[in-house]
Amino acid sequence: MLEEIRTTEQDDLVINVGPQHPSTHGVLHLVITLNGETIKKVEPHLGYVHRSIEKMCESLTYRQFILTTSRMDYLSAHINNHCCVLCVEKGLQLDVPPRAQVIRILMDELTRIASHVLWWGAFAMDLGAITPFFHAFREREVINDIMEETCGTRLTMNYMMPGGVMYDLHPNFQKRVHEFIKLFKSKLPEYHELVTNNVIFQERTKGVGMLSYEDAISYGCSGPAARGSGVSSDIRKLYPYEIYNQLQFEECLEYGCDSFARYQVRMNEMMQSLSIVEQLIDNIPEGDIQAKTKAVIKLPKGEFYSRVESARGEFGVYIVSEGGTTPYRIKFRSPGFSNLSALDQMARGQKIGDLVAMMGSLDLVIPDIDR
Amino acid sequence: MFLKDYCKEVLGAVQSLLTGMKRTGYYFTHHKEIITQQYPDNKDTLVLPERFRGEVIMPHNEMNEHRCTGCTACELACPNGTIKVITKFDITPEGKKKKAVDKLVYHLEMCTLCNLCVSSCPSDAIKMEQTFEHSVYDRKLLTKVLNKPGSKIMEGIE
Amino acid sequence: MWSFSKIAGIIDNWLNQTFSPAIALTIEMVLVGVLVIGLFALLGLVLVIMERKVSAYMQIRLGPNRVGPKGMLQSLADTLKLMVKEGLTPKGADKFLFNLAPFVAMIGAMLVMAPIAFARNFQMWDLNIGVLYITAISSLSVIAILIAGWASNNKYSLLGAMRSGAQIVSYELSAGLSILAIVVLTGSLQLSDIINAQANGWWIFKGHIPVVVAFVIFLVTVTAETNRAPFDLAEAESELTAGFHTEYSGMKFALFFLAEYINVFIVCAIGATLFLGGWMPLHIGSWQGFNHVMDYIPSSLWFFGKTFFLIFVIMWFRWTFPRLRIDQLLNLEWKYLLPISMFNLLLITIMAIMGWHF
Repeated sequence: MLEEIRTTEQDDLVINVGPQHPSTHGVLHLVITLNGETIKKVEPHLGYVHRSIEKMCESLTYRQFILTTSRMDYLSAHINNHCCVLCVEKGLQLDVPPRAQVIRILMDELTRIASHVLWWGAFAMDLGAITPFFHAFREREVINDIMEETCGTRLTMNYMMPGGVMYDLHPNFQKRVHEFIKLFKSKLPEYHELVTNNVIFQERTKGVGMLSYEDAISYGCSGPAARGSGVSSDIRKLYPYEIYNQLQFEECLEYGCDSFARYQVRMNEMMQSLSIVEQLIDNIPEGDIQAKTKAVIKLPKGEFYSRVESARGEFGVYIVSEGGTTPYRIKFRSPGFSNLSALDQMARGQKIGDLVAMMGSLDLVIPDIDR
Repeated sequence: MFLKDYCKEVLGAVQSLLTGMKRTGYYFTHHKEIITQQYPDNKDTLVLPERFRGEVIMPHNEMNEHRCTGCTACELACPNGTIKVITKFDITPEGKKKKAVDKLVYHLEMCTLCNLCVSSCPSDAIKMEQTFEHSVYDRKLLTKVLNKPGSKIMEGIE
Repeated sequence: MWSFSKIAGIIDNWLNQTFSPAIALTIEMVLVGVLVIGLFALLGLVLVIMERKVSAYMQIRLGPNRVGPKGMLQSLADTLKLMVKEGLTPKGADKFLFNLAPFVAMIGAMLVMAPIAFARNFQMWDLNIGVLYITAISSLSVIAILIAGWASNNKYSLLGAMRSGAQIVSYELSAGLSILAIVVLTGSLQLSDIINAQANGWWIFKGHIPVVVAFVIFLVTVTAETNRAPFDLAEAESELTAGFHTEYSGMKFALFFLAEYINVFIVCAIGATLFLGGWMPLHIGSWQGFNHVMDYIPSSLWFFGKTFFLIFVIMWFRWTFPRLRIDQLLNLEWKYLLPISMFNLLLITIMAIMGWHF
């Protein structure tokens, strides 16, 4: 702490960005040391939405703890739930019916698109363009409606169950997903017209927030933040779960290392997710949606880890079981936390306006970081 | 050569800005694209999907009978302690004591609408209702007793 | 035909007959003052609701539609709310300067209104250096922003104010140069002369491509000068929360808000006067019939139509583009706008000397 104070010179301007600030997307608190408009240091202060989810999970059963993860990274709630379910299934050595696997992947990819669409709008808004935000919500709303029809809720679905999914797909599901694919394909060029090709946007993002290949690895970045620096980190490719190894999709890599590269990765990922949905939507196998599980799930004694590719990067669940009905210890590896740690490295020497662009390009969700 | 690049740069920039303006201009003139739903006005036509989770209810038939056996499976399944089942002992016609539900207390203010109670219920006694306007002026009103007064268990439910 | 100039003439005659000239002049001045303040309030209301509606339609939503018919009284309700709101002064703020700044902003905006011709022969003050007066006074607004930023005792405000200072000072140059283009073509600094010179066609049509370029540069620079997106660095909502007026609330905030919109109106009015012929109707060469039809539209309607069109364009910018960064903003001015407008001015001067324009 003392050393920290010494690194701040007397003439520096220290401002607190957040915890109540329009562009920190929640209650992130950044202490910025400025020299005029230039950033000298960024120091994130965490803990404003810490709800001790990990500790709380120790008193919840293996069916119950899944829903708490929806409250962490609420934009990719499905994917978080998926990871918990995978971990429990690993402990039980359960075989999930193929129909349930396909439904899970469909939901995951739709969630990924919804999350990236919202990010696109929020990123443009961070840069000062407010209109894209509303256009983004138009497409997101369609996905939310599909979710609402099948899962029952729009944001925190709690649709995944150990052994399968909670309900079968709604009869309208396929029709509405087809409609969405058509709509999204017609609207994506507008995204490029409005934001990607805009010269101001390109100036604001190109060469801003440089995160080199080595730094991305050493900070433990994952997801689009790492893939924008050329680090291959797609869990779906590297450690395939469910039936991802039977699907055809590409890992989107960009080598620009800047905010624009991360932007490109996400834009391409949306197309890849859409192609996964297209591959699966007409080929959903018939069968059960749940494997038989006991009413009370007990994991055998041991340690279990599972990981998935969430919309922001690698999401991991680590369960230590003593053989009881509740976990002895649980740990979540959230992508936002590691990605945020690279912010200081990225921001040094940049302008204060770019800090917002960098934070936007990392796609931070604060409850995910604090847990 | 420098001048040519300079002009190209300026023209390209202007063109990219004009494409963006064309797009917003399109939406400005095409009012059919507006997606706003006027919420309180469209209340009558608002249709929620049948799986929508608004609150937990216990359906009763016209004889004021429900299907709850008081087994407390929902209470055990609930992650937040939202449901509290208070049981009593009914005397069956044969003169035996039988466990039955006295009050099923439901705290809507604590509920996360995760659907675990409904999916754990062995006799389908509770289900999710599509109501979603839960605001009240007094917090006590959110604590509900799901079984109606005087109600009893349906015939043939064990 | 009904016109503003006739009404003004009747009132002037009546006052001069009833009172001595000195008293008549005083009454006229008071009348004008009241009219200007009334116009300000009205413009503020109209422009706020216009901005909200324009943004709403561009963002595929409906915008305000609850208060009054189609939500047209929304800004009136907002004004009422702001009036009854407490005006906070933060601890440690320079109280005198803090309270002074909104009024400086308003007065700066008011002063520029003087030489603008709203309709045929309806002008408060037709001074012979009108253009010079406008460029001089319009740069006063930066002082208000600097005062507000400094006096707020808030780091965000200070950053916003300093940005605004750098921004307005540099964009004054290109704005001046593009206005100068019209002055060169007309040969006069008087606004009435400039309008009369456009009787046979507006400068934007008569002056070939160089005037169009000057017009575009003018639009860009005035957007920057009025601190509106994509040049709203002084406010920069996502970076500096609200920039220089972070600490202002209630009516003091409303005055800043109003001053911003009045400034927008004024720069658009100037743009309409210089490039689009002010109150002058659209005349096309020798089409006598067409020109006569155009003459029947009141001159005030022409003026307000053109001004509101330009305001719409500036709003269009705001709801389409992302914000620039401060160094890019200055790059744009010094590396692109200034060289282009200087070269452009040279072309226009040659054009004016050779008489190549219509």
